[in-house]
Amino acid sequence: MTINKQQNGSTLTIAVQGRLDTTTAPDLEKEIKSSLEGVTELIMDFEKLDYISSAGLRVLLSAQKQMSKQGSMKVTNVSDLVMEVFEVTGFTDILTIE
Amino acid sequence: MKEWTFEATIDRITWLTDQVNEALESLNCPMKAQMQIDVAIDELLANIASYAYAPNKGDVTVRFDFDEESRMASISFIDTGVPYDPLRKPDPDVTLQAQEREVGGLGIFLVKKTMDDMLYARKDGRNILTIRKRI
Repeated sequence: MTINKQQNGSTLTIAVQGRLDTTTAPDLEKEIKSSLEGVTELIMDFEKLDYISSAGLRVLLSAQKQMSKQGSMKVTNVSDLVMEVFEVTGFTDILTIE
Repeated sequence: MKEWTFEATIDRITWLTDQVNEALESLNCPMKAQMQIDVAIDELLANIASYAYAPNKGDVTVRFDFDEESRMASISFIDTGVPYDPLRKPDPDVTLQAQEREVGGLGIFLVKKTMDDMLYARKDGRNILTIRKRI
């Protein structure tokens, strides 16, 4: 998994490439946690995300909870496969997906 | 049929995924089904690595089978850890909003939803969990 971050004022875009699973989710969690200070808009760009397992969903859920307190979060460029995971788990109702 | 026995640890997930993907690719498995199987491997091996022998470590045997006629791929995860039937776990409430959601219980649910079949047996001191997917 590769993580690319881009900050523009208080907007942070995190692009994730590869697999977001048990092995890689802790890295993304650390990366998000250490970057959210002063961020009011978090954009997760999933254009190059191959797939997501429940470990990745947990990271998204905790990011969403944090961003609900300090601003907003949206998930962009979601593939069909990842969207299906969001649908099955009810994450389509939790996340703002664009 | 292919079979691998190794110590059940989180850092073997990627390796096991690669082995299974190699088998699936040789069977011309569609990419979507392959990725769903990859997610299932992640969920199931992570569960065994985290809970089956905790706080100790133990082995897992993973068996891959394919039925030509029905194009059904089966993967069994066999461990000798504490008896655990994940199918008896109630499904999480997927209608709750973010603040009420708990961080867990989604993995098995996801596997149940994306595989065609999921079976559990406890036999001779072993947990045998099998997923099946038509590819």
